[in-house]
Amino acid sequence: MSTLAVHDHGVVHHEEGHEHHHKATFLNTYVFSQDHKYIAKQFLVTGIIMAFFAMVLSILFRIQLAYPDKTFPFLTTLLGHFAPNGRISADFYMSLVTIHGTIMVFFVLTAGLSGTFANLLIPLQVGARDMASPFVNMLSYWFFFAASIVMLSSFLVEKGPASGGWTIYPPLSALPKAMPGSGMGMTLWLISMVLFIASQLMGGINYISTVLNMRTKGMDLWKMPLTVWALFLTAVLGVLSFPVLVAGVVLLIFDRSFGTSFYLSDIVLNGQVQPYEGGSPILFQHLFWFLGHPEVYIIIMPAMGLSSEVLAVNSRKPIFGYHAMVYSLIGISVLSFIVWGHHMFVTGMNPFLGGVFMITTLIIAVPSAVKTFNWLATLWRGNIRFTPAMLFAIGMVSFFISGGLTGIFLGNAALDINLHDTYFVVAHFHLVMGSAAIFGMLAGVYHWFPKMYRRMMDERLGYLHFWLTFIGAYLVFFPMHFMGLDGVPRRYYAFTEFESMKRWLTVNVFITWAAIMAGIAQLAFAYNFIHSIFWGKKTVQNPWNANTLEWTAPIEHIHGNWHGEIPTVYRWAYDYSKPGHDEDFIPQNVPFSQTMSSNLPHDFEDNPAGLEEHAKWVDAQKANVAVK
Amino acid sequence: MMMAQIQQQEDRLNLGAKKFNMWIFIFTSILLFMGFMSGFIVYVGGRGHGLQVILPGAFRYSTAVIALSSITLLMAKRAAKGLQVDKQRLFLWLTIFLGIAFFAIQIYAWYVLTFEDRIFFSNPNAARSFIYVFSGVHLLHVIAGLLVLLNTVVATYRNIPQVRNIFKMEMASIFWHFLDIMWICLYVFLLLNQN
Repeated sequence: MSTLAVHDHGVVHHEEGHEHHHKATFLNTYVFSQDHKYIAKQFLVTGIIMAFFAMVLSILFRIQLAYPDKTFPFLTTLLGHFAPNGRISADFYMSLVTIHGTIMVFFVLTAGLSGTFANLLIPLQVGARDMASPFVNMLSYWFFFAASIVMLSSFLVEKGPASGGWTIYPPLSALPKAMPGSGMGMTLWLISMVLFIASQLMGGINYISTVLNMRTKGMDLWKMPLTVWALFLTAVLGVLSFPVLVAGVVLLIFDRSFGTSFYLSDIVLNGQVQPYEGGSPILFQHLFWFLGHPEVYIIIMPAMGLSSEVLAVNSRKPIFGYHAMVYSLIGISVLSFIVWGHHMFVTGMNPFLGGVFMITTLIIAVPSAVKTFNWLATLWRGNIRFTPAMLFAIGMVSFFISGGLTGIFLGNAALDINLHDTYFVVAHFHLVMGSAAIFGMLAGVYHWFPKMYRRMMDERLGYLHFWLTFIGAYLVFFPMHFMGLDGVPRRYYAFTEFESMKRWLTVNVFITWAAIMAGIAQLAFAYNFIHSIFWGKKTVQNPWNANTLEWTAPIEHIHGNWHGEIPTVYRWAYDYSKPGHDEDFIPQNVPFSQTMSSNLPHDFEDNPAGLEEHAKWVDAQKANVAVK
Repeated sequence: MMMAQIQQQEDRLNLGAKKFNMWIFIFTSILLFMGFMSGFIVYVGGRGHGLQVILPGAFRYSTAVIALSSITLLMAKRAAKGLQVDKQRLFLWLTIFLGIAFFAIQIYAWYVLTFEDRIFFSNPNAARSFIYVFSGVHLLHVIAGLLVLLNTVVATYRNIPQVRNIFKMEMASIFWHFLDIMWICLYVFLLLNQN
């Protein structure tokens, strides 16, 4: 009886698991595919398209900021009544800022980033045939797709998209008549977000379950690559925080459409007193930021995981402090739930409570610094290969440091009174979670492109893309610190209206041109990406000489990932340049018995028999040397 | 011997991982309700509004009905494990019936609240609106739960393998018992905050 219960899931081929054999049709192969590798590509391509869209929006509002008094007839041609007489209207400017933020935060850096890489890497790196529930996984993508379409469609309604900022604070968002963007545009925003959250929850549930239940033989948690750790913890954060956003959004919908007063009180609209009483707009901020703060870690943690992997592979060194890296990820995950108040220091919060949130916020500097130190120590005296992916991973570390430093200023409740809602905040988060996460994502795209599309991307275009983007991002965001210190507020339409801010106009012109340059640089990426999919150089099975399991899978994609048995894992993912071995990498599925010359006593911590064999082998070697 | 075989087939079909999915989903639902509850606490604490409502007696009956439905579901599961398909079907239909009854009683409670107690959903005291939010969002879950139960009972009329039958029963049980417990929690929460 007990022998029956012991199950060797490696031998069973996935296809047998289905009740019926599905026939491969065009629809279930290329559209409603349930294969995690294909869904990853769907997420990536949709994410990239959304990113380009958001980038164009940002360049539009940058034009307005640089040239508030000039007219550009092409804007009217492009945008119609949103830009009458060649100038973007003030209302549409607000919409641009709002939708740029929403798309980048949710659609690109949440779904595009962890959707792509969690789908691609979790099953391949833990050694599973597919996700726990491939069907739900497919639904996750199509909900995301529908959310994207609804979000973009808000540009087609007459009064324009939502315009209350990506944080959609009531009362602006709760009163359809408050401003043009609060009408139909806001409704579409809410519909889109509900679909989006459903997509994220379905995805996240699958990622967690797959990591916990479907690892291959030998793959214990402490043998998982840091990518899987990061994507796993990201999914946990999403599952914990998105439902709370649903609660906040549901109450907002009731306030908008059913006349309740959860968030509304004492409102006078166009000279008319509104019937709402007793609501609290601060309640929404609490519910929103309880999601919102973990959300920024949902964005950055996958980038951290991808960069850790890329840095170790291309430094040809084990990641420095693997356990510390995991514990700092866990630390960041836990802390992310008790810091949300630092977004609300100036809402009239009790200063004592502000002090508590300040302390928890500043503690995050500790795990962040551990990670930064370990990345730098991984690079230290490594045998570095500067592939485009490696450059982007180093860029990610750079942005994380330079953006993270200003977080210490902003997390301080006293300093925040001065800096809140200024360009200092804009500079901070665009560096630490915007640029850093985008660079992590691009590092991932360059590194795993051969796994996804079976071809290599062009290196020289990659270098061009990297340097222009890296320099461009610093040129755009660094000057914003000084604007913010001078008190220039974010989200303003035209600074020429204010005497004290007029002098910043030249800086705005500079930033806008830097942004346009960085934007054009992305065309190099787009060309490289599309061209390489069809005409890139064909890849070998393990182009980067990496250790993780995905490179042991065949180049051609098969449903079920591996022919025959799934490889068994014997060692961690970071045996690079191990002394005594003839190559500078040892894949995770190579047993210690095949690498006697490079084994170390601590490789056998939980394995006394192995340790004995190792000791015997070492003695035999010593005897040989003595005989010679 | 049979248990071992079912265990083996479960592994092959990845059913363990799928069951785990359900548990995580329930976890997200709990967080959703906790979001509402903490919203309620923050609202009541911050604004000095209390609920100050005597909850309709119908809630007591609906609580009893949904608790009873959990018991019938347990019986159905026991029958399924004993391969007594007729008994399984009977108890499943009974559970569905009790679920629909719960639904109806909740709607009746809303009717009492609105038309007899004059406590409206759109209310200047949003603490009172929360009664509708708690029970309404829970009812949305109940609709989903009824669909899951229906799917399970329909499957018994098709000749599906026992391992799938048990799996469907377990998925439905996890979800339905959760709905039961969640409602009791919400009701107790409202009762405790009645003043």
